[in-house]
Amino acid sequence: MHVEGATQAPLIVFSGVTKVYGKGNATVEALRGIDLCIEEGEFVAIMGPSGSGKSTCMNILGCLDTPTGGTYMFRDVDVGTLTRNQRALLRRHYQGFIFQGYNLLSRTSALENVELPLLYRGAGVRERREHAMKALETVGLKGWESHTPSELSGGQQQRVAIARAIVTNPAVLLADEPTGNLDTARSREIMDVLTALNSDDGITIVMITHEPDMAVYAKRQVHFLDGMVVSDKPNGGKE
Amino acid sequence: MLWNTVLLALREIRRNVMRSFLTILGIVIGVGAVITMVTIGGGATLQVKQQISSMGSNMLMVSPGKRLGPGQSSGNVPFKEADAEAISREVGSIAAVAPVSSQSSQAIFGNQNWTTQVTGSNNQYFYVTNRTVAAGRQFSESELRAGAAVCIIGETVRKKLFGGQDALGEKIRLQKLSCEVIGLLEGKGQSSMGMDQDDVVVIPLRTLQRRVTGKQDIGMIQVSVQQGASTDKALKDIAKLMRERRHLAPSDDDNFNVMDMKEISKMLTGTTELLTALLSAVAAVSLLVGGIGIMNIMLVSVTERTREIGVRLAIGAMEREVLMQFLVEAVVLSSLGGIIGIMLALAASIWLAGLLRVPFVFNGPIVFVAFLFSAAVGMIFGYFPALKAARLDPIEALRHE
Repeated sequence: MHVEGATQAPLIVFSGVTKVYGKGNATVEALRGIDLCIEEGEFVAIMGPSGSGKSTCMNILGCLDTPTGGTYMFRDVDVGTLTRNQRALLRRHYQGFIFQGYNLLSRTSALENVELPLLYRGAGVRERREHAMKALETVGLKGWESHTPSELSGGQQQRVAIARAIVTNPAVLLADEPTGNLDTARSREIMDVLTALNSDDGITIVMITHEPDMAVYAKRQVHFLDGMVVSDKPNGGKE
Repeated sequence: MLWNTVLLALREIRRNVMRSFLTILGIVIGVGAVITMVTIGGGATLQVKQQISSMGSNMLMVSPGKRLGPGQSSGNVPFKEADAEAISREVGSIAAVAPVSSQSSQAIFGNQNWTTQVTGSNNQYFYVTNRTVAAGRQFSESELRAGAAVCIIGETVRKKLFGGQDALGEKIRLQKLSCEVIGLLEGKGQSSMGMDQDDVVVIPLRTLQRRVTGKQDIGMIQVSVQQGASTDKALKDIAKLMRERRHLAPSDDDNFNVMDMKEISKMLTGTTELLTALLSAVAAVSLLVGGIGIMNIMLVSVTERTREIGVRLAIGAMEREVLMQFLVEAVVLSSLGGIIGIMLALAASIWLAGLLRVPFVFNGPIVFVAFLFSAAVGMIFGYFPALKAARLDPIEALRHE
């Protein structure tokens, strides 16, 4: 079901994607025909006010939801035709998630949290430990492995979450307002980590944010309004 | 993957030790109670069987009265001594026949008195009931024939009347009869029904008939079949002989009753076994209640961990993996309860066996079955909550507060 990254085909292609919630007169059109193409190695910020459809778009990108109309191709695979289990496998092998609320398992050490995706991949104990340690080191948390989320600051928790998302070497990192709960200084740290992952490791990143300060870290900004893309332009990089 | 799931479940249980313990308490009590009941019941049954076999394995009991069910009878055409003689004369492969008649009476020696069972019989009585005369002697032929005033006393009677004194040669009084102690029976201990088998005074049958009861009737005839011979055949032969001697028409029911050890044993162990089954059934109900407790907590746990389930689904857990996780958690919980229950039950059984003076018999199959059952309870009652977790919509689950 996958095509290796050697091809020049874009990683993600949305063509005419629509999403309608509800039935009859109570329908809500969350997405009204989105065309979007994201290449391997890009760092895209999706912006827009609440209700503009950016979260719905993210859910579809992350294969948690399917489009009502149009097609979503992920590495030349039509996600709309996949079953729930196939989509789970796609997430497992090609996608990493970062949430606004971190969503770490409480009373579970940072290391065990990061090991979780590897557990579902069926990796052995040693391999899990090794990869998880390395991922934690990448996000600058070496030495914090045995701490539980309640013993970590918000910024540290988000970095654990990033480590959990990258530990499987995903094709794309999907970040839903990763700095939404953090103050400016912590937010900048997180953005630095993401920028480094993108530029050093070549991980594709798609990030939702409503803070222009954070969006400037991305290489490209896409603006949503009322379920449509209103602007899509490359960034000049951060000043 | 399964092993990982078990580890994951153990980790989850460890995260919530107190709650996990309370959850499995129902299973612990259920498994513990069932195993304890069955073990103690088994010990009691074994004890009854042992005592029955100590009574003599090929004994037959012939008693008057119509047979109504195990151990019950009504109507009474009593036997005479001649019936006993006829059995020993006419039925083959008989080792011993003892006509037995008993009456409750006070035994007095000096200023000591003790109410006991006075049994009239012959020397074959000792053979049939598996008793031995530990000191002194058995009755002589002439004593039996003449109905002499002699007696052989059980250990309890000796202790009550004589204490540390020597009893042989002394005279005790049974109602109006004063008789000499010529022998002491070896102690046999308590019987299965809680009766003291040593609380007995044996005198010649004729002595009892003439000088204690004043009647020629005998209560029952105890027969011992020769070793290796068929008790079934002897039983049938005796029944046939008795029908003849009592002039019963072919259409008449027996107005007497011949029981072999199988039947006596059935009668005695039946009660114990029924009681064990009843108590175990009551205990098993608590296993069911324990299962409901597990379902309850698992449902709470699924609700509490909705976000966690969302995260797991988002990072690529498949439906069946989430289902497995919660199912395994429930099974691990309930099996843990089973194991603790088994250990508690074994400790309780050993302690109770000592307290109730029954042998402790380790019952492997019931331990195994109880363990399997506890695991099955987790499987059954954990399935619904697990399914609920697996069917969650990841988007909704991630949004859950």
